[in-house]
Amino acid sequence: MDQTAAGSGADLTLAHLVKDFGSFTAVDDLSLVIPSGSFFALLGPSGCGKTTTLRMVAGLERPTSGQILIGGRDVTGTRAHQRPVNTVFQSYALFPHLTVLENVAFGLKRTKAADPLSKAGDALDLVELRHLAERRPTQLSGGQQQRVALARAIVNNPAVLLLDEPLGALDLKLRRQMQVELKRIQTEVGLTFVHVTHDQEEAMTMADTVAVMNEGRIEQMGSPAELYELPRTAFVANFLGQSNLLRGTVLDAGKLTIGVDIGGTRVRVPSPRAVSHSGTVLVGVRPEKLHLVPDDEDVPAGTNVVGPGTIVDVSFTGVSTQYLVEVPGHGTMSVFVQNILGGVGARVGDQVRLAWAIKHTFGLDGADDLAAGAVDLDGEA
Amino acid sequence: MSVLAGLGGAAVSAVAPTRTARSGASLLLAPGMAYLGLFFVVPVVALLATSLYVPVPGGDVGQFQPAFEWRNYVEAVATYWPQMVRSFGYALIATVAALLIGYPMAYVIAVRARGRAFLQGLLLVLVIAPFFTSFILRTIAWKQILADESLVVSVMRAVSLLPPDGRLTATSFAVVSGLTYNFLPFMTLPIYASLERLDPRLMEAGADLYANGPTTFWRVTLPLSMPGVVSGTLLTFIPASGDYVNSVLLGNNTTTMIGQVIDSRFFKVSDYPTAAALSVILMVLILGLVSAYVRRAGTEDLL
Amino acid sequence: MSAVTEPSADVRVPRPATRRPRRPLGEMIVPVFAALAFIYLLVPIAYTVAFSFNDAGRTNLVWRGFTLDNWANPCGAPRVCEAFVNSLQVGAIATVVATVLGTLIALALVRYRFRGRALANLLIFLPMSTPEVVLGAALLAQFLSLRINPGFTTVVLAHIMFCISFVVVTVKARVASLDPRLEEAAADLYAGPVQAFWRVTFPLLLPGIAAAALLAFSLSFDDFIITNFNSGSFVTFPKFVYVSATRGIPPQANVIGSAMFALALLLVIGAQVVGSARRRQQH
Repeated sequence: MDQTAAGSGADLTLAHLVKDFGSFTAVDDLSLVIPSGSFFALLGPSGCGKTTTLRMVAGLERPTSGQILIGGRDVTGTRAHQRPVNTVFQSYALFPHLTVLENVAFGLKRTKAADPLSKAGDALDLVELRHLAERRPTQLSGGQQQRVALARAIVNNPAVLLLDEPLGALDLKLRRQMQVELKRIQTEVGLTFVHVTHDQEEAMTMADTVAVMNEGRIEQMGSPAELYELPRTAFVANFLGQSNLLRGTVLDAGKLTIGVDIGGTRVRVPSPRAVSHSGTVLVGVRPEKLHLVPDDEDVPAGTNVVGPGTIVDVSFTGVSTQYLVEVPGHGTMSVFVQNILGGVGARVGDQVRLAWAIKHTFGLDGADDLAAGAVDLDGEA
Repeated sequence: MSVLAGLGGAAVSAVAPTRTARSGASLLLAPGMAYLGLFFVVPVVALLATSLYVPVPGGDVGQFQPAFEWRNYVEAVATYWPQMVRSFGYALIATVAALLIGYPMAYVIAVRARGRAFLQGLLLVLVIAPFFTSFILRTIAWKQILADESLVVSVMRAVSLLPPDGRLTATSFAVVSGLTYNFLPFMTLPIYASLERLDPRLMEAGADLYANGPTTFWRVTLPLSMPGVVSGTLLTFIPASGDYVNSVLLGNNTTTMIGQVIDSRFFKVSDYPTAAALSVILMVLILGLVSAYVRRAGTEDLL
Repeated sequence: MSAVTEPSADVRVPRPATRRPRRPLGEMIVPVFAALAFIYLLVPIAYTVAFSFNDAGRTNLVWRGFTLDNWANPCGAPRVCEAFVNSLQVGAIATVVATVLGTLIALALVRYRFRGRALANLLIFLPMSTPEVVLGAALLAQFLSLRINPGFTTVVLAHIMFCISFVVVTVKARVASLDPRLEEAAADLYAGPVQAFWRVTFPLLLPGIAAAALLAFSLSFDDFIITNFNSGSFVTFPKFVYVSATRGIPPQANVIGSAMFALALLLVIGAQVVGSARRRQQH
């Protein structure tokens, strides 16, 4: 095993990676560069190809075509045990017949590193589990097993550390805790982390860069804030958080804004935030950017308004109140109002108009499927 | 006997094979398969060939020459069909009896003793343990327990379960009992393994949906334990139909089974072609029965 | 007036019955039946063990008195110990060879996809579904035509043959239940294929392999029909008992049978105890 590319993480480059399983293409011409030392998240619904991509980087799957480069070296042809890459598996995959300490030291012993057991002990210190060193994996809780799996991977100082939905089996509070832990460890050790998950909140919390994957391709890549505030496809708009998407036709295209007619109402979209400037487009706005305006009130300049509509559902979640507003001609729109005033504001049946600042609007290609990426009770994530 | 892990139903292939490298597989398979080829396939084929031989004209007893005498089969069947029918009959009765006795045992261990690991372990040991005493010793023990002068027979005569000169040994009843007894663990363990894997919540769901005890058993438990039942009945029926030790030790000369005939043809009169023909017929019949049974019971993947 | 009130002080709430409710009779039928079945299962064993203590004459048919002589002198009867040792030798060799061959086959069948997999499965299944009479006769015919005299060698070869299938089935179940992620984790942690096998796969398979070996030994030790066909003048323990049945089985045979039973019982119980101790440790 060649350790030259290891150290404090290395660049990971995927070039035109393709993986076919018979007639099914799991990964379709994927290319990206992950700079060394960053925390990168690969986000997408189940079946989108993110785990396959991860396994190809680990060497557990052979790509049909394309290249994988670690620190500039082409490792596409090498086998898993020859790559300076370690994985934290979704099911942890701890060796049941070895103690926790032996598990963590496993990789070090295979590469004949010096002092494997004391290094393993240090890794256990990092995850605060030194006191469980002599236990067997089956005697640990889920959260503890996950930390051992992490220590087992980190102790080898790999060029790239891969995490395959490592927090999926943990309950909510523990998951939140582990998210913070992982982020702390990554900053402390400085390795390149590639984290695969379907939980968009997790990806946004932990990662420096997020790539949203769908059906084998990357839909959009960028910092969490970029992806959230300016999605470029309906899939990203719906998968990452929630969006209200309204279909319309472009009326005029100026330098600063474009005007769109959505079912009789005119709204404006800032030109740099619109994917296309002519024909059919989807106008989008995040629910928390919307204000409920009573029918008789005026709206300030620089605002888009739709309505009036009727409130059909009110959900108080403590932090906010979520309203579903039925607007004739536009369907049902969701609005999140932060709980600043305390308690619930409007009620079911109220007539309101929805207003938002023009600068928060984004425009998507009209050919996109309105419902792409949204949750479907019939099974598609 | 821990084929219970493997035979309690359809193979637990939780994972599909991952590698297609033929070289790796061939290397692993070669020694074992070669051995089976040499010591199973070849002998069976040789048996088939032997079954068609004819006696050397004017030669000694036991000398045969290669031929294609299909009439050997006709003669074998014509002469020995009573023994064949009897063998399959006994095996069938013994299998059913073993099922009726073994299923409740398996049920108690797997379902009623669920959660009490030590009790389960103990009961399983009790089922497997007889298997470790020589089966000949066990059969002979039965012969002596059921002998004319024994306690059991005296009691039965006293309470008129048996006529005053009735006996238990040297009867077909004894032979079938012996068969049932000997193969009971083979029936119980696969059923146990199958029931053990059953999610107890399925039976709770049955109760939740208004099914009482017997109905839940008949409509939920039994169908789901079918793979174990199929394994168990096969593991019992197949060896039982070819057995002859029980018949020799516990029966008389009207209880002759086909296994005895084959043995005597081989060793007493050196009539190899007939013995071979009978063996082939037995094997073909069993294979036919097995595939028909398995296909009807719906479990293709027996291994 | 509100319908929901505290129970007033003068209303006596009946005390719940302290006895457990009687289980309906129907529920007892199965356990009782099963208990009877267990007794039925153990009767001949009890008989065999009991008569190993019999102060028997030539035939061990009638109870004459309790004695420990048989146990003190298990090789007293002629040829008993010789037969027993023969069985042990055959069993040991057959177990080792069959376990090795069978384990290799099981690994190949579960882990690799290859053409002819169905055929291989069939070939494994066939010896288990062939009556022993047929197997014995076929092997004998084969040995005779090859001019090999029946004896120790032929018995060992025969035993290996029928044990392989059972080993394959037992180990296969164990291999199939092994998480393949563990081997992937080993590769991920720099273990080449050989290292991954010896350090991860094999230790985890060991219980299954041990069970298969135990099974193979039991089948070999207890085999009569196939052995009888292929042994010539070589005598194994079951054959000895069978042949002595007409003359009278010496009580020493009972001793050996009971001893094997006790040994196996101890082994299995021991495994159970170790297993449950380990389970308790995991809490």
